[in-house]
Amino acid sequence: MPTRGDAIAVPAGGALARARVSRLGDRAWAAALVAFGGAVLVIAGLILLELGRESLPAWQRLGVLRLLTSTDWDPVQDKFGALPFIYGTLVTSAIAIAVALPVSVGLALFLSEMGPKRLRAPVAFSIEVLAAIPSVVFGLWGLFVMVPWIRDTLQPLLQKTLGFLPLFQGPRIGLGYLAAGLILAVMILPTISSVTNEVLKTVPLSLKEGALALGATRWEAIRMAVLPYARPGIFGAALLGLGRALGETMAVTMVIGNSPEIHASLFAPGYSLPAVIANEFAEATGAVHLGALAALGMVLFGLTLMLNALARLLVRAVAHGPGRAVA
Amino acid sequence: MTKKTLLLAALLAAGTAHAADPVLVTGAGATFPNPLYSKWFAEYNRLNPAIRFNYQSIGSGGGIQQFTAGTLDFGATDAPMNAEELSKAPDAVHVPTVLGAVVLVYNAPFSGLKLTPALVEGIFLGKVAKWNDPAMARVNPGIQLPDAPITVVRRSDGSGTTYVFTEYLASISPEWKQKVGAGKSVSWPVGLGGKGNEGVTGLVKQAPGAIGYVELAYAKQNKLPTAMIQNRDGNFVAPSMEATSAAAAGIALPEDYRISLVNPAGKDAWPIASFTYLLVHKDMKDKAKGDALVKFLWWAIHQGQGFAAPLDYAPLPQPVVKKLEKTIQALQVRGKPVPLADAR
Repeated sequence: MPTRGDAIAVPAGGALARARVSRLGDRAWAAALVAFGGAVLVIAGLILLELGRESLPAWQRLGVLRLLTSTDWDPVQDKFGALPFIYGTLVTSAIAIAVALPVSVGLALFLSEMGPKRLRAPVAFSIEVLAAIPSVVFGLWGLFVMVPWIRDTLQPLLQKTLGFLPLFQGPRIGLGYLAAGLILAVMILPTISSVTNEVLKTVPLSLKEGALALGATRWEAIRMAVLPYARPGIFGAALLGLGRALGETMAVTMVIGNSPEIHASLFAPGYSLPAVIANEFAEATGAVHLGALAALGMVLFGLTLMLNALARLLVRAVAHGPGRAVA
Repeated sequence: MTKKTLLLAALLAAGTAHAADPVLVTGAGATFPNPLYSKWFAEYNRLNPAIRFNYQSIGSGGGIQQFTAGTLDFGATDAPMNAEELSKAPDAVHVPTVLGAVVLVYNAPFSGLKLTPALVEGIFLGKVAKWNDPAMARVNPGIQLPDAPITVVRRSDGSGTTYVFTEYLASISPEWKQKVGAGKSVSWPVGLGGKGNEGVTGLVKQAPGAIGYVELAYAKQNKLPTAMIQNRDGNFVAPSMEATSAAAAGIALPEDYRISLVNPAGKDAWPIASFTYLLVHKDMKDKAKGDALVKFLWWAIHQGQGFAAPLDYAPLPQPVVKKLEKTIQALQVRGKPVPLADAR
């Protein structure tokens, strides 16, 4: 963001008394901010503590390694393993990002660079509307509209063209990793595209003009001047989207098939961490079953933290890249 | 005379004081009977404006837990409490309220599908995987069965419906009992999971060749074809409220009503039925709430049964009501029985 020196307010002369009051105000304000910031840490800590307490029976009974790496999920016999859920969460989120990121960047470029002025406002408005739809509506739409389309159109197409890959093999039932990933893509699209749009707006005009003056076409100016400058911001946008994808519950559980299994094929039914918690928590009675569900919550917590840390490192890496040098 | 008048005035005053101070009875638990319970509580409140019920349909598991923890005046559950749960709440009394039935709905271009217990077992174990399996054809000679795979659909959320259905499977199939067992969430050998009755109905509706289990009410409301199932007496029975009530009519009920109704004797009995229960304490501590609750239970098993059928729940058969009357009369509030002559 270009700094604007003239925006700094200069205190009016002869207002010493007011300044003292405002210093007190400053201190109160600072204390309040520290309290707000600290509250986030305290809440996160309490969540972890409570999850740890609830999940203790499961960790003790099954052992950390078995709970994390087993693929069994049998509440009748108190056998619990988190692996199919971790796998399902990661695979569906990966599909979502892979599909949503290019589309979102394209959308944002359309909104900030390429689109005709008259179209920009309605398109931006529609994206915002998309963000306001409750996830259960996405889930129902997915189940009744998207899943049949995937089964009858998309899956035959993928099987015909890319069927040699193990990713696109097996019976076509519609529900599964692919359906969940695609619905997540639609759901995180507004987040990624609107943040990316804001990021693109911060690209200094001089950069674009410079590129154009050097004889670049519009596309070249975007590729060589705009996108490199905006790259860290776009990464941040993707990260926000990923966060939503990892934790999304309702829409995913309606289209993923809810089978605690691990399959290489994206056509196969799977399960995700939030989905199984939502599904089984209300009727789980045994301490181990409840504990295992709380343990899954901890795993989800850890997974989100790890991916966030990883993405932060990535952002730092790209921020030190050539894009920043240009800026 | 004056004494009597005074007494009457005092009684009236007490009555109005009572009315001004409404009794709030709280309960929570099973989701399956929630529409009926809501109706009951509203109707009962209309008859007795001083008594209000607050019911949260948080699930049977939560109902049992909170009832045991003592945070509720009554609980509600689809599956009876097991021995372990009862040991933590030894004074719990099960009061069956209505019956539910689990039925098989399918998506195929014909109606009147007949299934034997062996076929139901085979389908849900994944052994009968095609609609035109020879065993299917033998039982359904009049139907042109398609050469298509059977897609099994089941509940993904823990539920009393799943409990009843897996209990049925465990009762007819030693292999199921040993491999999978019965429970609110089980490890299914095959199939896709849908969330809630509506999730299963939705999946079955839009996947050709699918078969799944739902509550009778959902099958009726969604107009999906249901399978006839051969009962213990060897008859193929279509699911209905009458057939569901019949499941409880011929059974010898134990004193605590904790009994499985799956696969009962009776020529018209639907084989996959169950009670849904309210849980109350044998001796209640709060006078006003206890009186209200006991009188409500009396009303529910008599007049209340009339509201069941329009909402697609099967009413309790007469022998069960007769037995329940004794159970409710035996309930106590602070060590004393509740007079039920004026209960309404």
